[in-house]
Amino acid sequence: MTASTERRLMEGSEAIAEAAIAAGCRFFSGYPMTPFTELLEHFARRLPDEGGACINAESELEAIGQAWGAAATGARAATGSTGQGLSLMQESMSEITRAEIPIVVFNMARGQGDYYQATRGGGHGDYRHIVLAPESVGEAVRITQEAFHLADRWRHPVLIYGDYLIAHTAEAVSIEPIDFATKDPLPPKDWAVDGRLGGTGRSRNVNPIGMEKGSKGIDPNRFWQALSDKEDRIAAAEQRWEAIGTEDAELLIVAFGTLARFARAAIRDLRAEGLRVGLFRPISLWPFPSEALVRAAAGCRRVACLEQNAGQMIDDVRLALLGSVPVVPIGGISTDPAGFGIGALLDAERIAGRARDAYHGREVPRGVVA
Amino acid sequence: MSGDRDAEGVGAGDPLRVVPTDAPPSGACRRKGSFTPSLTLMGEHDLCPGCGEPLALRQILDSIEALGQAQRAIGVVGIGCYTALTSLMDVDLIQALHGRAPSVATGAKRMRPECLLFTLQGDGDMVNEGLQEVIHTAARGENVTCILLNNGVFGETGGHMTATTVLGQRTKNSIEGRDARLHGHPILIGDLLARLDGTAYVARASVHDAAGVARTRRFLDRAFTSQLKGQGFSFVEILTMCPTGWFIPTAEGPGYLDRELGAVHEVGELKKDGVLVGG
Repeated sequence: MTASTERRLMEGSEAIAEAAIAAGCRFFSGYPMTPFTELLEHFARRLPDEGGACINAESELEAIGQAWGAAATGARAATGSTGQGLSLMQESMSEITRAEIPIVVFNMARGQGDYYQATRGGGHGDYRHIVLAPESVGEAVRITQEAFHLADRWRHPVLIYGDYLIAHTAEAVSIEPIDFATKDPLPPKDWAVDGRLGGTGRSRNVNPIGMEKGSKGIDPNRFWQALSDKEDRIAAAEQRWEAIGTEDAELLIVAFGTLARFARAAIRDLRAEGLRVGLFRPISLWPFPSEALVRAAAGCRRVACLEQNAGQMIDDVRLALLGSVPVVPIGGISTDPAGFGIGALLDAERIAGRARDAYHGREVPRGVVA
Repeated sequence: MSGDRDAEGVGAGDPLRVVPTDAPPSGACRRKGSFTPSLTLMGEHDLCPGCGEPLALRQILDSIEALGQAQRAIGVVGIGCYTALTSLMDVDLIQALHGRAPSVATGAKRMRPECLLFTLQGDGDMVNEGLQEVIHTAARGENVTCILLNNGVFGETGGHMTATTVLGQRTKNSIEGRDARLHGHPILIGDLLARLDGTAYVARASVHDAAGVARTRRFLDRAFTSQLKGQGFSFVEILTMCPTGWFIPTAEGPGYLDRELGAVHEVGELKKDGVLVGG
């Protein structure tokens, strides 16, 4: 037992780095940017001790390239940034998804404005990758470990959507390695390059366009069909969510990430007032838990979408519900002067007020929440 | 070729015998031996007649095998005409994005230090799109070998100007020839990298004639050997013909390379064992 398996107060960045290392992550690379920076710091301090490597990349372009190379050898590898840095990485995110390289990417986002970027395949071409959004440091510890398992399970990138609060809040956590592979054995990484098959006629080419050794040209139809089938299987298998108080709810709040924690407190107060309000929290943003949301919203008069942006997840909520229940936005862009996403919306009383308005059919102010 | 800094001779041993073709052969045709490199999967490719890249590729594969690294080599390939060759290469490969191969090679080498890591990139890939990648990888002294196939044009798009296009060279977007006032000056990437402390071995070769091909092979051997010794970043630039992208007859490719590209991108070793040659 190492010191980290004891329960202790740990900042989110440190806890996530420790969880990744517990999950076998041995390579990390990144470029400093608030609020992601401390994650890079912890990996830089810890990975050499574990026989791994952490590189201070010259830009986010290189950071993800280096993680790509590490993961292509079969190592568990990760990179990350904030949404701004993730924008630079999107070219590689697209290629890595199509090359079926299992890496974990952290977005320590400045608020929730990167929902589209995370869930729509933010780069060129046709692809989706798994996106998991923890609401607390404790959950981030579990999700980080699970992310490495899912990446290997599907040979697919997994993005973890965190934020300033996840990165910088200290919570009492213990980092126990979680065994996912006994229940769900992982396929061998016989696709990974190690050089050993050179000269045998069976050498590998880990590539994003369906090239096969020994044959000229590619078969795009077969390649795209296989990728599309895999994404369908992921979409069916990996939906995650939490539903609270939905049995009798008249108003259902849909919120993800740390904002859902504030919503949880708001709902407690609203319930105390006698208002029947429930919470639906998507944990996987892609695949979006649509069927579960339909079940949770059954019997509700109204669904209130609470997100810290101009309205992005509300598209997925409306697509899931297909007009069966009215969906109203009760969030909005809300930030601090530094732009780190610490805005006035992160307040249980304010959220309760906006939910109360929605409950009673009153109009909720649109736009920036200041 | 002017500026040849490599003094070693080539062509030692038996010269190739000229086979008479003006009379029927004296006996039935017999296979005397196989000259196909053992690390290729097929003997054919789709590149243009007169292209220099297959010549360079063959030297790379032969060098890997001769150094006993066939079961330890990992190549990281950029995007250009040579990407089509990768299906023929019987070594483990990672296909990277345009310009990003040095980063991918860095991550792979850190996780597999026992492997021989090399990149295969063109001048558009390395010197245009990926300049900062190769410079930082060199400056960090990453123990990988970056190989540049430099023909001074974007061949795959049909002959457009790159960062290594020489002044006066006609391309589709420098129709009257590259003009420094309009298009800037060519980057001599080997010279640039040689100045960085992280580089151990830097050389520029050419495949425009038999001596150049033999020299290419020697430089590759030395670059890979430098990596195997753990000396740091090694780099071989290989000038290759692109008659299609230069808009000249196929047979004129080698002469054009020697006269035009070779006069600016001078062949020779620039750095050995971390010490500048002639510096």
